[in-house]
Amino acid sequence: MDFINAIVALSNFVLIPAMTYGSQLALGALGVTLIYGILRFSNFAHGDTMAFGTMVVILFTWLFQSWGISLGPLPTALLAIPFGIAGTAALMLITDRGIYRFYRSQKAKPVVFVIVSIGVMFIYNGLTRFILGTDDQRFDDGERFIINVREFKEMTGLAEGLGIKTTQGLTVITAILVVIVLFWFLNKTRTGKSMRAYSDNEDLALLSGINPERVVMVTWLIVAALVTIAGTLYGLDKSYKPFTYFQLLLPIFAAAIVGGLGSPLGAIAGGFVIAFSEVTITYAWKKVLVYLMPDALEPSGLVQLMATEYKFAVSFMILVVVLLFKPTGLFKGKSV
Amino acid sequence: MSNHIRTVTLFAFVALLIVGTGMLQSWDLALVILNMGLISAIMALGVNLQWGIAGLFNVGVMGFVALGGMAVMLTSVDPVPEAWAAGGVRALFALILGAGTIIVTFFAWKKTKNRYLAAALLVAGFVIYRMVRDPAVDAIEAVNPAGTGFLGGLGLPVVIGWMVGGLLAAGAAWIIGKTALGLRSDYLAIATLGISEIIIAIMKNEEWLTRGVKNVSGLPRPVPDAIELQNDPAFVERAAGFGLDATAASTLYIKISYGLMFAVVLVILLVLAQLALNSPWGRMMRAIRDNETSSRAMGKDVTYRHLQVFILGSAICGIAGAMMTTLDGQLIPTTYQPLRYTFLIWVMVIVGGSGNNLGAVLGGFLIWFLWVQVETLGPGFMTWVTSWMPDDSNLKAHLLDSVQHMRLLTMGVILLMVLRFSPRGLLPER
Repeated sequence: MDFINAIVALSNFVLIPAMTYGSQLALGALGVTLIYGILRFSNFAHGDTMAFGTMVVILFTWLFQSWGISLGPLPTALLAIPFGIAGTAALMLITDRGIYRFYRSQKAKPVVFVIVSIGVMFIYNGLTRFILGTDDQRFDDGERFIINVREFKEMTGLAEGLGIKTTQGLTVITAILVVIVLFWFLNKTRTGKSMRAYSDNEDLALLSGINPERVVMVTWLIVAALVTIAGTLYGLDKSYKPFTYFQLLLPIFAAAIVGGLGSPLGAIAGGFVIAFSEVTITYAWKKVLVYLMPDALEPSGLVQLMATEYKFAVSFMILVVVLLFKPTGLFKGKSV
Repeated sequence: MSNHIRTVTLFAFVALLIVGTGMLQSWDLALVILNMGLISAIMALGVNLQWGIAGLFNVGVMGFVALGGMAVMLTSVDPVPEAWAAGGVRALFALILGAGTIIVTFFAWKKTKNRYLAAALLVAGFVIYRMVRDPAVDAIEAVNPAGTGFLGGLGLPVVIGWMVGGLLAAGAAWIIGKTALGLRSDYLAIATLGISEIIIAIMKNEEWLTRGVKNVSGLPRPVPDAIELQNDPAFVERAAGFGLDATAASTLYIKISYGLMFAVVLVILLVLAQLALNSPWGRMMRAIRDNETSSRAMGKDVTYRHLQVFILGSAICGIAGAMMTTLDGQLIPTTYQPLRYTFLIWVMVIVGGSGNNLGAVLGGFLIWFLWVQVETLGPGFMTWVTSWMPDDSNLKAHLLDSVQHMRLLTMGVILLMVLRFSPRGLLPER
């Protein structure tokens, strides 16, 4: 019985939250990795793009709520996501046309693109704050739990409860669907293949008649979809605050680099590696160990390796270790 | 020669802006802008050394600035004897143990290349470190938590803290440089971004060292106290001679004293930076920046030179951070925001002209002036823009409310404009 209790506690506090967080990071890291593969720079504006996309979703969610439209047990935000994607895509295409395209035609060095993306980050950040402000926003509605802790306890008679929030289930399912669609697109469609060709070898792709502007445009569209979905899921699961999204930049980059920049599969793996390490290292293990250890050896402290505030440090340490020992990442990304 | 004229004109223009603020708005505001402008100019000088001269992409400026601030606190605040008695020695011993673990692991790895041994050493060291550290930290934080709850500092003069700030930042830069400088430019960027977040996390979290989010206020000042000045008959008399009342005169006096001290530091650093830039060393750094491979072929030790310039630039940022905390008179870890302390400094360097020390200084003043003025002039501008709207309009209310967020937008637009139309900045590198 103790053993089952330990497993339940572990799932409730570590496995499920880490799965959810990992899915969100993976979607974010896919965006970073796609931009890196096609446009060949690290996009510092990524976190703020995520905040912008989520903001559009929130605004539409409020609009739908005021009209009385809802999805029953599911959050209304799901209905607003397509509109969010459209808004973000429009913003990104305008940005590309007005700003990045000039530097592409100049064949500017990657670091110039990075600095330009810092300028874009300022503008997106300002826009988001200007429209919605800096405060916390909650926009989830519908059923809160798939399984409630109390119901679970009554059902199984265990001392530990297992709760799965609707948003957690939704995150994982959506992430799986999005990844399946993305990989189908990249591997089976003509446009997807041309994107991979362009990422592998730009000159060769141009010689075979691939239109670079089209590839770039499709990339921005896909990235807009990815960030809006990732941002909305994160906002539903935790809460929406523009600054938190800016801070997500670090774990997202860590995930993309750990997996290998430019490799979509690596981005997903990296997302889960980062999420699981962050959660396991900052979790107070006492709750699980109490069931597993004999009474005499029961831990007196919280058995928390690091305070929760140090979660950035965890993603960062993993990043450094991977960079030192396997500089191209787990899945052989490119090193330009 | 036109370069020279351009420099003088632009500096005169910035001086005019600040003097104009004094005439039209208030001298108090002008001095606030001037003082932070001096500090911003020093930070920009540090970043320019790294990026403009050596081509290193450091986006962890905030971390070094914060370390400088922590150094001021640790040197100048009076020690808390009860806390030291409760667990000070033990806490320091734990820190030494932690550092020792990392060093031992490092050398064990170098010698044996055995992953399992290195991992085992790290884990064992970490467990011992926590066993020594935790009781000490609990004891220190339990000593009068509302008033102190930390070890305090060394009680030394504040100005020494500025040097310690530089040294602390240099030490951190050495560690980062040793691990991250071999990496590609965008990896270095992510690495420095991460380090700066970690430094802030440590300052927020290690209450026994910095009081964390409880802040340390009332840091000692290197200038006379306002109340003392107001009670000094000789000072009041002199102020009356200028036609000022004692309160206004004392604040002006203090701000001007700070300004003079900061100006001295800026001039010293600027002269040093200019000498370095025009020396054989500076030419070598630029050669490395422009073509690493050929410099390496010429026998230059690129990695070592990168490390050297990275440490120097970070130390300058640390000194600036220490000065800023002295000016504020308090250490508030939560105020360190990357947009303000990392990316804004970058805007300064790029707008001013990367590779040109005078350009960085100019950018520091100009961008800081705009950053402040967008905030003070923004509401007036927005009222003018929205004046045609009906008074009860929601849009108008919202626009007027969110005017404070205009400054980020403005900075982004300025950065992009400069990058697009004058990529070498206002004062291009010669």
